[in-house]
Amino acid sequence: MTEAILATQGISKSFGALKASDDVSIDLMAGEIHAIIGPNGAGKSTLIKQICGGLKPDTGTVKLLGEDVTDLPTELRARAGLGRTFQISALAMEDTVLQNAVLGALGGQGNPWRFFKPVLKDQDLLDTAMEALERVGLQDHAKTRTAELSHGQRRQLEVAVALTLKPKAFVMDEPMAGLGTEGSKRLTEFLGDLRHQAPILLVEHDMDAVFALADRISVLVYGKVIATGTVEEIRANKDVRDAYLGDEA
Amino acid sequence: MSLILLIEQILNGLQFGIMLFLMAAGLTLIFGVMGLINLAHGSLYMIGAFCAAAVAGATGSFLLGLIAALAGAAIAGALVELVVIRRLYTKDHLDQVLATFALILIFSEGTRWLFGSFPLFLDIPDALSGPVTLPGGIEYPLYRLTLIIVGLLVAAGLFLLISRTRLGIQIRAGENDREMIAALGVDIAKLYTIVFALGAALAGLAGALVGAIQSVQVGMGEPVLILAFVVIVIGGIGSIKGALIGAILVGLTDTLGGIFLPELMKLFFSPATATSIGSSIASMSIYILMAAVLVLRPTGLFGARA
Amino acid sequence: MTRETLFNSAALAALALVPLWAHFSGEPFTVTLATRAVILALAAVGLHIALGLGGLVSLGHAVFFGIGGYAMGILAHHAQTYTPLMEWPFVIEGTKSMPVIWLVAVVLSSVVAYFIGLLSLRTSGVYFIMITLAFGQMFFFFAISWSAYGGEDGLSIYVRNGFPGVNTLVPIQFYALCFVILAAVMFFAARLQRSPFGLALNAARQVPDRVETVGLNPMRLRLVAFVLSGAITGLAGALFADLNRFVSPTMFSWQMSGELIIFIILGGLGRLYGPVVGAVVFVALEHILGDLSDYWHIYLGVLLLGVVLFARGGIIGMLLGREVAHD
Repeated sequence: MTEAILATQGISKSFGALKASDDVSIDLMAGEIHAIIGPNGAGKSTLIKQICGGLKPDTGTVKLLGEDVTDLPTELRARAGLGRTFQISALAMEDTVLQNAVLGALGGQGNPWRFFKPVLKDQDLLDTAMEALERVGLQDHAKTRTAELSHGQRRQLEVAVALTLKPKAFVMDEPMAGLGTEGSKRLTEFLGDLRHQAPILLVEHDMDAVFALADRISVLVYGKVIATGTVEEIRANKDVRDAYLGDEA
Repeated sequence: MSLILLIEQILNGLQFGIMLFLMAAGLTLIFGVMGLINLAHGSLYMIGAFCAAAVAGATGSFLLGLIAALAGAAIAGALVELVVIRRLYTKDHLDQVLATFALILIFSEGTRWLFGSFPLFLDIPDALSGPVTLPGGIEYPLYRLTLIIVGLLVAAGLFLLISRTRLGIQIRAGENDREMIAALGVDIAKLYTIVFALGAALAGLAGALVGAIQSVQVGMGEPVLILAFVVIVIGGIGSIKGALIGAILVGLTDTLGGIFLPELMKLFFSPATATSIGSSIASMSIYILMAAVLVLRPTGLFGARA
Repeated sequence: MTRETLFNSAALAALALVPLWAHFSGEPFTVTLATRAVILALAAVGLHIALGLGGLVSLGHAVFFGIGGYAMGILAHHAQTYTPLMEWPFVIEGTKSMPVIWLVAVVLSSVVAYFIGLLSLRTSGVYFIMITLAFGQMFFFFAISWSAYGGEDGLSIYVRNGFPGVNTLVPIQFYALCFVILAAVMFFAARLQRSPFGLALNAARQVPDRVETVGLNPMRLRLVAFVLSGAITGLAGALFADLNRFVSPTMFSWQMSGELIIFIILGGLGRLYGPVVGAVVFVALEHILGDLSDYWHIYLGVLLLGVVLFARGGIIGMLLGREVAHD
């Protein structure tokens, strides 16, 4: 059986009496989009934090490419190949689009300890950055201040920055958030292609996108995974309909 | 080192600490509820002392002076909140630091302009002067003992206020979630003014009480302010319990350190060198304590865990 | 960007030319005033790296200013009294050579900055402010209690220290030395701002979460920035002590720390020449208003309040418009 690119094994996390994650085991195989859905308060952000770094599970392990990363800080997981996008765009607003992309490239390159040469003259960084910007279609806005971008463009930039790392796996937190129908359609197509480059663990609320994209879906309710399966299986699953989808699914 | 001297010093440390608590409690409340770091708190301490000295000097009554201190500081606090502080809640910490630093300049120079550069005198009231005999035959200044008692009473009052009154509930809720309590219909603007004025009154009280045993002069507040910050770092921001425990720790460390460290150094050095090195280290002892707490608990003993 | 570069060049040129003019017009006091401004500007540029670039609100930067000052004071004191600093385990003599003094000042400041940073950068914003303020106070009281070097009264150095090839006793020559140092540091700071480190640090100020998820460590970036920042302010401290031929605990005071931040805000936060403009304006105000009124700090307070509430971009912001150039 092929190794999962990204996997959690039995992770649990409690905050006092609140069990935010309850024995969650999820894996992400190569070439797939594995969507995580669930009602608000289900523990999706707690789960993401334990996978990407910043929150240590009480029990259980997180593995990236077979390596145990449970104790690794966020930046080392990123270096190991974990790309991440945020639900609320985490971009340097005062900087230009290019600068944000170069930041990602710099992280991928791994060495910020250079104090003298202008960063925007580093050809390697520029190439990586522009390549990512071109993939998301922002290359013409390279010199625009990020604060002046539209919401949709910021979401594109969010993805571009993650791309510059050339990650082995993506964790995306509600990438469709705030996008209109046009934007969602384009991003859906984009992610559909992207999965072949690196698999995506997709946390999403937008059910149209989820049903269009997901190879597998896991449903998280009150910190527990109540079902995992293909789109048809999940749509048909009674527990899931009761807990989350309702009868329109 | 006799037991009597030791107990005296412990009491001194307690007294110092409790007065620090009054400053720290106000500061930590203001930060906990409003998210505001207030450098002008030392000015409010100074205003309290000056009000007390001016009124007590004019009327001969220490009690009237104290009331003037509370009123003066509270009014000054409320005014400052309405005119300046209100505009700072949504700004970042740097802006708050700069604006309240500007207030320090204005208050300090303003006070100097009104009262001159020479210290004012505030006398310990006759009723409280002189020593009192404690169990065990120890003689201790009655006034200082009164400060300890007053301070503990205020601490108890604060705890009751926070845990039992409506205002206290609003304060605790505000510390947790500012937007929520606004949505629930609490008049945030009024709450903030009240909390700020309360903190100011506490600072003014401390200034007046301590003003009788030290001098009342411009600039007296800032060293106390910085010490109060140390207390908050040790105790944890937003926690009144932390402020009390931190303050007592700081008070005891400073006082006892000043006594014991030179003695300790005498084991290694000649008496003259020992006193000099000892008092130098003693002057740093509080900060060393702070550094030690930081190593173990970056957010203070009772602060929110990161 | 070009507007700001033009402005910066003009500022630098003015700083070079005005004192020269004063020298040839026989106004040595203006030269001394300019030297004071340039040295304070240097101290503030140090803070700028931590505050403007790194977003670290250090309210205790006077620590490094004082360390630099006392490095000079102690070394020169031992030289002028012909007593060694230390005799065991090896002999350390005093010195009146500026390059050596500067090296000591920079190294000491860097080491102290490293440890203070290590302790205080693990915490969030407000704690950092209070901790840096506290450490400033610690050094202040320590200096007061250190009677070997003057304690509260401070330490006088009879003759200004020497620099090879320069007669430091002549005001304009000492000024030129300080100016060259400032210019060199500005050049370095400008390169730093545009470098990979500068980009990463600036991003760490705005979105530390993002910086982590691209594989960089914000805390380490900030620590390095803080150390660099302390080193530069330490150098300024040594120069300041040499200007006045006097060092005292007030170099460690919270008022000094506050002044450094005021320079930056007055000039314009985040702007490379903000600290320079701020320091020059402050020294000018201090001189002019100080003559007019004993209580000029009230006006300073009102001005500062006004800038914070209404003119956040400082003087440069008012002249050049809102956006800080970031390319």
